[in-house]
Amino acid sequence: MPTLNKPNGSNLNNESKSKIALQIENLNVHFGEGHDRFQAVKDVSISVAEGGSFGLVGESGSGKSTVLRAVSGLVTDWDGVIDVDGEHISKKREMSYCRTIQMVFQDPYASLHPRHSIDRTLSEPLRLHKFDNIDDRVNQALIDVGLGASFRFRYPHQLSGGQRQRVAIARALMLEPVILLLDEPTSALDVSVQAEILNLLSDIRKKRKLTYILVTHDLAVVAHMCDEIAVMSHGEIVEVMDVDTMRHSTPKHEYTRELLQASEGYQPEA
Amino acid sequence: MTLNSGTPALKQGLRAWLTSDAPESRFHAQMVQVYAGWQSLCANKLAFIGFMIIVALILVAIFAPLLATHDPSIQDLKATLLPPQTDGHIFGTDDSGRDIWSRVVYGSRITLFIVALVAFTAPVFGLLVGTVSGYLGGWVDTVLMRITDIFLAFPRLVLALAFVSALGAGIENAVLAISLTAWPPYARIARAETLTIRHSDYIAAIQLQGAGRIRIIVGHIWPMCMSSLIVRVTLDMAGIILTAAGLGFLGLGAQPPSPEWGAMISAGRTFIYDHWWIATMPGLAIFIVSLGFNLLGDGLRDILDPKKAES
Repeated sequence: MPTLNKPNGSNLNNESKSKIALQIENLNVHFGEGHDRFQAVKDVSISVAEGGSFGLVGESGSGKSTVLRAVSGLVTDWDGVIDVDGEHISKKREMSYCRTIQMVFQDPYASLHPRHSIDRTLSEPLRLHKFDNIDDRVNQALIDVGLGASFRFRYPHQLSGGQRQRVAIARALMLEPVILLLDEPTSALDVSVQAEILNLLSDIRKKRKLTYILVTHDLAVVAHMCDEIAVMSHGEIVEVMDVDTMRHSTPKHEYTRELLQASEGYQPEA
Repeated sequence: MTLNSGTPALKQGLRAWLTSDAPESRFHAQMVQVYAGWQSLCANKLAFIGFMIIVALILVAIFAPLLATHDPSIQDLKATLLPPQTDGHIFGTDDSGRDIWSRVVYGSRITLFIVALVAFTAPVFGLLVGTVSGYLGGWVDTVLMRITDIFLAFPRLVLALAFVSALGAGIENAVLAISLTAWPPYARIARAETLTIRHSDYIAAIQLQGAGRIRIIVGHIWPMCMSSLIVRVTLDMAGIILTAAGLGFLGLGAQPPSPEWGAMISAGRTFIYDHWWIATMPGLAIFIVSLGFNLLGDGLRDILDPKKAES
């Protein structure tokens, strides 16, 4: 194994004076029991500044989505430290945690309940958290993601992939979270729609001052969206770099170089 | 269609309202869904025939006093064993001189009572057991599924017989016995559906929004299990009617003089060579109603198939 360029919270953000929104230290995630026990994430440490956009890249199975699922609470078999706004997160999540962190899933065809109308999908979190003005909030949320109130009483099967992903983003924003976890939000969409969704996400981040953690295997998406990038391979972070380093293809680690080369190989020759 | 008899413009407006792809209210959206379902039911001829048979059964049960020509329990020993179409007895009379047509008409109420009670108890219980077991997993799943296995290990009629003989004969106990034996397959179906969706992203999304287990099971998992359960229940209805008739036939269901179809066949059995109509008429009624439920169930399977609706 090559030596790892493991980041640690102190020297990573030595330049930025802003608050740390999310800090993960020595996160380990396991799946399965007994002989089948498998470590999906090994000693991952990252820290994301408030209002920042952090990209996790890596090939399939490198554990990048698992990090998100541990942060969100969907995976419970983890150890290490996860700090949100300077507070340790326990394994059992409070209701208020839902209003801090929300997640957008990869496949908009699988992430909306097929038997629930858009109205129900968007208003249910509001009812759960006893918000007022539910009607206005749902309409406004639909306008904010560029759909408009006429979509409110439709069902997911009446929408296109891009429209569904907009609904999924609206749902994640309903509880007004400060951190948004994006699990490959565009990989299931076709190329023309990808750009629309990415622009929408960028706009929303600017407008609401959100913190993003974006998981993807698409380096172009990361270059477009993120300030800082961590490269994962086999459950470990091999390199953390800023987006300029990646653009100039001057990463230190060999695996990162391979990954960058591979991504260029898929681009059509002009 | 025939929903309103207004001017063509109004008709057109209603049709447009019912097929709108941008509903304006919750009620409007539901009406659009209902209308789409109704249209696919009408498009499927066999399902529609089945549906009409069920509607006819319900109407007969409601209007039994108007349709019956005689009191179903009054005996007339001067007019026993009359063949059909004599002296105003459409289906003839039985060995006690009771009008068979009137008894069949009133028997539809008993059949409907059994069907409705079983349809509202067994699937609901099975759904509850199956989804709780599938969603919670672990020891809850193990315990509930082993209990289900125990119930599944007995043939349905034999288990129902055991229950009825323990509880005592009678229509309520027959319904209870049928429900007790009918729920395990529904639990199995509901559990299988739950297992396929419990790790899906839309369940994960509502978990992240802080929904509790009960809300997720009732509000998010049940709707996904409904279509396969409805199809299964409709197809099982024929079997349930036959089981009820079977219990009646064996003397453990409805008690005389109640005009239950199975009990009527049982009574007519002794005369079947000389007086065929006594057993045949209620038999035909059972046959038609079972056929109706089967056709409807087959059609609903095509209409409600989630895999088809997704595309």
